[in-house]
Amino acid sequence: MTALVPLVVMIPILGAGLALLATGRPRTQRTIAAIALTAVLVIGVVLMVEVADGTMLVMPVGGWPVPFGIVLVVDRVSALLLTVSAAVLLAVLVFSIGQGIADGDDREAPVSIFYPTYLVLATGVFDAFIAGDLFNLYVGFEILLVASYVLITVGGTEPRIRAGTTYIVVSLLSSALFLAAIGAIYAAVGTVNMAQIAERVAALPDGVQVLLHVMLLTAFGIKAAVFPLSFWLPDSYPTAPAPVTAVFAGLLTKVGVYAIIRTETTLFPGPELNPVLLVIAGLTMIVGVLGAIAQADIKRMLSFTLVSHIGYLIMGVGLGTAAGTAATIFYAVHHIVVQTTLFLTTGLIERRAGTTTITRVGGLLASSPVIAVLYLVPALNLGGIPPFSGFLGKLGLLQAGVAQATPLSYTVVGIATATSLLTLYPLVRVWNLSFWRPEEQVAAGSRLTDQLHEDPYRPAETETRSLAKPMVWATAGMVALGLALTVLAGPLYDYSAQAGETLQSWSVYVQGVLDR
Amino acid sequence: MSVSVAILGAMAVLYAAGVYLLLEKSVTRIIIGFLLIGNATNLLLLSLSGPPGGPPIAGSGRPSSDPLPQALILTAIVITFAVSAFLMALVYRSWRLAQEDEVTPDEADVAVGRGDQPEPEDAASDEESEFDRVEKDELRTDANDGGVQ
Repeated sequence: MTALVPLVVMIPILGAGLALLATGRPRTQRTIAAIALTAVLVIGVVLMVEVADGTMLVMPVGGWPVPFGIVLVVDRVSALLLTVSAAVLLAVLVFSIGQGIADGDDREAPVSIFYPTYLVLATGVFDAFIAGDLFNLYVGFEILLVASYVLITVGGTEPRIRAGTTYIVVSLLSSALFLAAIGAIYAAVGTVNMAQIAERVAALPDGVQVLLHVMLLTAFGIKAAVFPLSFWLPDSYPTAPAPVTAVFAGLLTKVGVYAIIRTETTLFPGPELNPVLLVIAGLTMIVGVLGAIAQADIKRMLSFTLVSHIGYLIMGVGLGTAAGTAATIFYAVHHIVVQTTLFLTTGLIERRAGTTTITRVGGLLASSPVIAVLYLVPALNLGGIPPFSGFLGKLGLLQAGVAQATPLSYTVVGIATATSLLTLYPLVRVWNLSFWRPEEQVAAGSRLTDQLHEDPYRPAETETRSLAKPMVWATAGMVALGLALTVLAGPLYDYSAQAGETLQSWSVYVQGVLDR
Repeated sequence: MSVSVAILGAMAVLYAAGVYLLLEKSVTRIIIGFLLIGNATNLLLLSLSGPPGGPPIAGSGRPSSDPLPQALILTAIVITFAVSAFLMALVYRSWRLAQEDEVTPDEADVAVGRGDQPEPEDAASDEESEFDRVEKDELRTDANDGGVQ
C-alpha cells in the first residue's frame, strides 16, 4: 500500500501539466481536474482505512534509504487531513466549474490558468501533509503558496493586486524565516529528516532548542494566521473570487496548523512553550471575534471568525496533552469543512444579491429559501450549537482544558466559551438582517448596523446573476458533509483520539519512520 | 564547526539591507529587499556545508564538504527565481493600473490612527494625468533630499 503514497502528489501535479496542455479547451481541463481530485480522494480514503490500526506508511522516494533520501510518511492525522482536503477541493472545484459555466466568459477565473493552478495548489497541500522531512515540508508550502499567489490575483483587477501584494510579501517573509530555521536546525542537528531531528534535538542546549522552536513557530504562525501575525488575512482573502476564498480559508491556514501540530508533538515535544501557545490562543480567539463583530461585509466577517477559530486549534496544541491534540485534530476537520461551506454560501449570496454588505442585502429568506438553509446550517455549526460537530469539537477542547486544571488553562477555557458565544452574534446578525428582514427595513438602517465597519475596498454592486445548478449542489454537498461529520462524530472522534495519542508519544513516529 | 567570517558578515549585511527595503512602500524596492533576504538565507545555508575548498564528494582523499546544503540552496534559488518573476509581473500590472507602484495606505489603518470611521476609497483620485505624476515625483524627490540633509 505504500505505493499509493506518492500518487497523492503525482496525480494532481501531472493533472496540472495535462490541464495546461489543454489550454483553450475548458471542458477537457475541467474533466482532468475533476478526475485528478477524485482519484486523490479515493486514495485518501484507502490510506485512512489502511493506517486506522496504527500502521505507518513510509515511502522512501527514489529508493534512497530512509534518513538520507526524501521520505513521505502517512499516519492517522496525515491521512485524515488529506482525505478531508481532497473532498473540500473537489466540492469547490464543482462550485467554480458551475460559476465558470454560468458566466460563460469565465470572468472570475480565466480558464486557461485557473484549473492548472488549482491542481498545483492541491499538490502543495497534499505534499505538506505527507512530508516526512522538513525541507520537503518547505517545498510543499512553496508549491501551495506560489499557486495561491496566482489565484489571489487572478484577473489582475486593482483591489486584487493590492490585496495580493500584502499577502505575497507576508508569505514570502514567512517562507524566508522557515528556510532560515531549516538552515539553523540542520546546523544544530545535521539532518532535515523529521524523525531524526526529533531524536537528536533533546541533546541540544536548552537555549538553542528554544531558539529553533520559536523560529519554526513564528514561520508557521504567520501561515496559520495566529495573533499577532494574523492581520494580513482579513485584508487579503475577501477580494479573491468566491471559490478561491473558500478553499484558502478552509485549507491554507490549516496546513500551517498541521505544521504547528507536528512541531509541537514530533520535533519539539517539550512543554517549555506551551503556556505561551495558550496565551496566544486566547488572544487569537478574542481579537479575531471582536474584529468579526465590527464588520459589515460578510466575507470580511467570516475572515475574522476564521482567525478566531485558529485560536481554538492552537489551544488544543498548547495544552500539550493527548486529549488536547485529539480535539484539535477533530476541530480542524470540522473547521475545514464548515468555513469552506460558509464562504461558498457567501458566494451564492453575492450572486443573488449583488453584494455581501449586510446593510444592503435583505429579504433573502423569502426570495431564495435554498440559500437561507445553506447559510443557517453551517452558521449554527460554526457557532457551536448542539448537536453539530462544532459543539462536539469545542466540548472536546474545553474538556481537555479543564482536565489540565491550571489557572492558565481555566482562563483560556473561559475565553473559548465567551468567544463561542460572541461568534454567534455576527453570524446571527447576518441571518437577522439579510435573510429575515425585508429589504426596505434593512435599507432604513437600525441600531444593529449603526456602528458597523464598511469594507474600505468594497467592490461596486453587481447585478443579480443566475445561480448555476452545480454551484448550489456543491454548496449543498458541503453542508451535507458538515452534517455527516456530526452523524459520524463518534467514530471520527475515536480516530482523532487515537491519532492524538500516537502524536503525543513521539517515539511512535520516530520508530515508525526510522524502522527501529 | 567553523564559519567564515566573510560569509557571515555578508549575510548580516544582506539581511539588514533586505529587511530595510522590505519595509519600503514601493513594490519595486520590496522585490529587491526580498531578493536580498533570499540570498542572505542562501549564504546562511552555504555556511553550513563546512570549510571552503573541500569537494562535495566523499572519498576524494581530501576533507569533503557537505553536499546537502548545496542541494537545498539550488532548490531555494529556483523558488526565489520563480517568485521574483511573478512579483515583477505583479509590479508591472500594478503600475499599469495606477501609474505608480506604491502600496496604497490601508484606509482602515489610517482611520484607526485618526480614531474615526474610514471613508470608502475615492476612485476618481487615481485618474491623474502623466504630467501630474511627473510633478508629484519631483516634489517627492525634493522632499526626500531635504529630509536626508
